[in-house]
Amino acid sequence: MADSAGAAPPKPSTSVKLVLLGEAAVGKSSLVLRFVNNDFQENKEPTIGAAFLTQKSHLPHRTIKFEIWDTAGQERFASLAPMYYRNAQSALVVYDLTKPTSLVKAKHWVAELQRQASPGIVIALVGNKLDLTNESSEAADTPSTTNTEGAAEGEENADAAEENGDARKISTKEGREYAEEEGLLFFETSAKSGVNVQEVFTAIANAIPETQMKTSKTQAVGGGTQTALGAERVNLNKRAEGAKEGCAC
Amino acid sequence: MGHDSEGSAAASDEGNTATDRSIAPSPPEGHGVGSTIDETAASVGDLQIGAESSATSHVPSAIHQDEPRPPLPPRPGNLDLLQEGNYSPGSSLQRSKKSARPQLQSTATTALSRTDINTQSYQDGSRETYAASAETTPPSKPAGVFGSIRMFKGLGGSETGDSASVKSYAPTLEAGGDVESLLGEVLGASQGSPAWKLLSTQYEAPDPFDSVTYEDDEATVEFYREFDEIRAVDPDGGNEEQQLAQWQLKRKHFLILSSAGKPIYNRHGDDNLISGYIGIIQTIISFYEGANDQLKGFTAAGARFVIMSQGPLYLVAISKLGENDAQLRVQLEALYMQILSTLTLPTLTNLFANRASTDLRRPLQGTEPLLSALADTFTRGSPPTLLSALECLKIRKSQRQVINDTLLRTKCDTLLYGLVVASGRLVSVVRPRKHSLHPSDLQLIFNMLFEARGVKAGGGENWIPLCLPGFNKNGYLYMYVSFVSASESDGEEADDDRSESGKQEEIAILLISAKKESFYDLRKMRDAVVDQLDKNGSMSIIKAAVRRGRPTATDIVPGTVLRHFLYKSKGNVQFTMPSYEPHFTTMLARRRLLSLYHTLHASVHAKNARLKVHHCISRDSISLAWVTPLFELYCVAGPHPSRNALAQSANKVVQWVRREEERVFIIGGAVF
Repeated sequence: MADSAGAAPPKPSTSVKLVLLGEAAVGKSSLVLRFVNNDFQENKEPTIGAAFLTQKSHLPHRTIKFEIWDTAGQERFASLAPMYYRNAQSALVVYDLTKPTSLVKAKHWVAELQRQASPGIVIALVGNKLDLTNESSEAADTPSTTNTEGAAEGEENADAAEENGDARKISTKEGREYAEEEGLLFFETSAKSGVNVQEVFTAIANAIPETQMKTSKTQAVGGGTQTALGAERVNLNKRAEGAKEGCAC
Repeated sequence: MGHDSEGSAAASDEGNTATDRSIAPSPPEGHGVGSTIDETAASVGDLQIGAESSATSHVPSAIHQDEPRPPLPPRPGNLDLLQEGNYSPGSSLQRSKKSARPQLQSTATTALSRTDINTQSYQDGSRETYAASAETTPPSKPAGVFGSIRMFKGLGGSETGDSASVKSYAPTLEAGGDVESLLGEVLGASQGSPAWKLLSTQYEAPDPFDSVTYEDDEATVEFYREFDEIRAVDPDGGNEEQQLAQWQLKRKHFLILSSAGKPIYNRHGDDNLISGYIGIIQTIISFYEGANDQLKGFTAAGARFVIMSQGPLYLVAISKLGENDAQLRVQLEALYMQILSTLTLPTLTNLFANRASTDLRRPLQGTEPLLSALADTFTRGSPPTLLSALECLKIRKSQRQVINDTLLRTKCDTLLYGLVVASGRLVSVVRPRKHSLHPSDLQLIFNMLFEARGVKAGGGENWIPLCLPGFNKNGYLYMYVSFVSASESDGEEADDDRSESGKQEEIAILLISAKKESFYDLRKMRDAVVDQLDKNGSMSIIKAAVRRGRPTATDIVPGTVLRHFLYKSKGNVQFTMPSYEPHFTTMLARRRLLSLYHTLHASVHAKNARLKVHHCISRDSISLAWVTPLFELYCVAGPHPSRNALAQSANKVVQWVRREEERVFIIGGAVF
């Protein structure tokens, strides 16, 4: 996809505002760093205030330019959050799979977004730090071997590995059920290994309704699907492309 | 101090005479000791009674009998002495000896700080000490007497003078300065004892000679481990002792706690490890607080403890690096400013007004790296902090003018301050006419951007709410930050991959506004600024200047003996210095250099010192501090050059700065 994009006539490009929210130290900045620079830093220092980054995401029929607000998770910055999500078309609410309080915080953010953000906002719930759970190594392997089924497989593994006494404190089931209830996209990711990171952003790009695109001319691919199941489907379709794109960079 | 055999011979002569003479007044001296030390009273009781007969027997006799016997001359002194001894057992030893020879009291305790006297060594081995402050000690004092000085440690506080008087005392010397210098010599012999070390750190101005050798002896190996992490204590406490030992090896600690005793920040060790110490410190501080007698500092086990109480917070610095109280206080002040910068003063006050036992760690969450970056900067030694001044990037005046104009031209309405900063050095600043920028605020910003890695590592642009306490400690400002790599390869237009470089040298564009919604305005301005700077060539000038680095001392003054200097322009609150290369490349060498600067700085800034020039000689270096109403200059040369060569070089540095003034400093700056 990425290769052909260069030769093809320029696809319509649209910008999508995206905001990351979640408790401190769940890995918001690391997710962004992985997505934007394909890089990871151990022990990254906490974000102060907010960081603003941009990254293009190439879809089959259009290019999405993400304008990302990576906010600081500390309590004292919470009052500034409305400034960042007010005009956002999408949000990534991140929690830490190994820290139950972070899911509680994530639910607060989801509630606040549903109450105060613009009505059509696409919200993705993301459980990060998959590498700290037992299934991480297998999950990390899957994209390269079985691209199309990687995500589903990874999650099955997650379910299975739950009893093994790893660092995981929040089951995949718990996260997914909540996401389904609230109509959110749902992913479990590892910014460290890169698992599912591209997929999250691609899924969001696909989930942005066509009508919200200022310059969109082509058909929507996964238009408007906000249920977790829909996201799963989109995700599977886009997986191969995401991997290729990663290589091309 | 290799060539002072003559001097020390003279010293021992003097010492002998002193000892001989001091034998004569010894009975009253013994009496003084016995009568005022409670614990030893029993054991020396015999001596006490015998010696004291004049005093103890006299008091009742004066009351009960009306005999017209004239009182003995020492009596009034002895009576005073007893009273003094009663109220303060801790200091009774010193006071008693003082009072035992009342006619000497005034001379011995003249508030002469050691900084008033300077020793000069000449190549030929002769030496002289001159009093730099003519007001307290006439410079005409006989040099021969001073020739005996080996160590300056003993000079200064009255305590030294007093305790020293036990050992030897030279009544032949008329002036306080003389007495003290001699005492210094005598004390020098015993300086190795722990008790002495304890005493010596109590002085405001530690001696450069000593601190350098002190560093030599102890710090060499350990300083490299100063910044090693101390691991957390295991749940079972198995490694606690080991971690505690490591903790105690650290040469510098900063602790911040609430007045209720809750830990807020500590540089080394985790809570479990140091909770006991926090408790002790809090107890000590509040003990004095309870007596309405605020504890400022104390010395224990070779470490100086300095305590600053700021509203609901106690900030404690513990240093074995030889800084004086004022210098440590500046560092604590900076840490406090960092906390204010995070929370603002009203928030901080409210938190504790509502609940005195507030745990401030939560609201401060995420700022530990900023506090630690500050703390480590202080531990490594920081010229900007020492001098409370800023350093600027050296470029031509006209070039700076172009950059200023660019900022002014592209300025948006919401802008308050606009700065271009290159690797911690200020390139250009624009500000409203009625607001200036406080150096301590800039220090916090520079620390956040260039010392702590958080902002830079995130990549992209940043929008940071922060309070600049020097500007207004009650509210937040909003800072837009964007980095431009200074490396050549990145010269092309870098839009999306701006953040990819991990280079040390970074140029930051800082745009500060009071409006929290103005991110996109400032972002637009930043794009315009960078675009214009690229077009008019300024960006490449800045990059080249950054890559060139600071000139070495020999670049500045060809053939100079100077290895390093600091020149602070008082009027501009800015300083300039040469590169640390080639003499101070290691962290330890730099720390030693900075320790020397701290000592020089302490000497010329001592409360009662009004000296203009302070000259120091040590085994490793000779150095000079020179203070005028316009500037402060601190120079360091190797151990061999003559004093004249050092002075000449100092003059040349001043000439160089005068010539380059508008290049090394930002004068006036751009206002709108």
